Amino acid sequence: MAESDLKGYSHDPGASTALVTTSTSVLENLINWSRRSSMFYLLFGLACCGIELMQTGGPRADLDRFGSVPRATPRQSDLMIVAGTLTYKMAIRCKLLYQQMAEPKYVISMGSCANCGGLFQLSYSVVKGVDKIIPVDVYVPGCPPRPEALTEGFLRVQELIKREKQKNKFRPKRDSGETGAGYDVPEVV
Amino acid sequence: MTALSFEQVHQKLSARFGEAIGPVQPAKKDAFCTFAPPRLVEICRFLKTEPDLWFDFLEDLTATDHPKQNLIKVVYHFYSYRHRHIFVAKVEVNRQDAEVDSVEPVWKAANWMEREVFDLFGVRFKGHSDLRRVLLPDDWIGSPLRKDYSESGGYRDISNVRDNPLDLYLSMDRQLKAEQATPELAAEGKAPAAEGPPVKSGA
Repeated sequence: MAESDLKGYSHDPGASTALVTTSTSVLENLINWSRRSSMFYLLFGLACCGIELMQTGGPRADLDRFGSVPRATPRQSDLMIVAGTLTYKMAIRCKLLYQQMAEPKYVISMGSCANCGGLFQLSYSVVKGVDKIIPVDVYVPGCPPRPEALTEGFLRVQELIKREKQKNKFRPKRDSGETGAGYDVPEVV
Repeated sequence: MTALSFEQVHQKLSARFGEAIGPVQPAKKDAFCTFAPPRLVEICRFLKTEPDLWFDFLEDLTATDHPKQNLIKVVYHFYSYRHRHIFVAKVEVNRQDAEVDSVEPVWKAANWMEREVFDLFGVRFKGHSDLRRVLLPDDWIGSPLRKDYSESGGYRDISNVRDNPLDLYLSMDRQLKAEQATPELAAEGKAPAAEGPPVKSGA
């Protein structure tokens, strides 16, 4: 077997660079396509937005036609849709669920409450936006947003994935507490 | 099976407990009277077990805060399924060391309601089997439904401040205008600092 035949295989030390230089865009397209076509979302309805979230998964709006089905555990989920009012007590749990999701993970903040606290912004127990806890990719405004709006938000996440480069595959770990000052929340005790 | 009016119930209680029962306070919706705090459990047991009264259901237990009178009033709503009548009573306690006897031995349903009052008003219930916060996190500081409650600035490390996004855009706009007004300074990177409120960093 000629040495050149080994190029491109994993045990070849030059393989990764060879792959990246020669067929980056094709591979990226393939990975991004598969990734965005099977976005399993975590069931995380916290308030009335959860009802609209269910409607979005239902037969009329049907998120399933984009390959997205609900999962009841964060370990099988790629997308977290934070739907509803987030209280401080729930924020710790929200953070924990986010940490349990496997990379790559994406977050949609659904509705005014998740975006900024919304109607309950002045309350003593409500978090002023889920982005105080975890990084958010897409914000969907509305109180609550209609299923069409959430579907649009979902399509925007797909657009984000479509443009993703593999060299940026591992997103900055904003939840490690080293870089993002706002994202280090202590563990649940 | 005879429903008693508020006054009739009040008469029965006064005949039995005398000074411990306060006068009838007519109110817009429900008339009420006060109970003397030391005899609360005794009165409640009587309310529940007396055949004519038979208040077998503690409908509600909550509290109101009155800083001017330096009082917290714990409010009890009783209902009788047998006689279909209601009764409302209040117990007044000092704000500083608010402590009331628990009525949990009489009505088991008081457990969570007393925990809620403890959580939000800081009233301690003597004799309660499990007095913990029920709604807020265990390490929360303060009693939010007291009138003089002020937020302590978020919870744990989560800030409770959210900047107005318009402030950021306005300050960027001011910066841009200042640079346009003095192009030679902008070229050297010495644009004058934008006026107006300083932009706070995120989070």
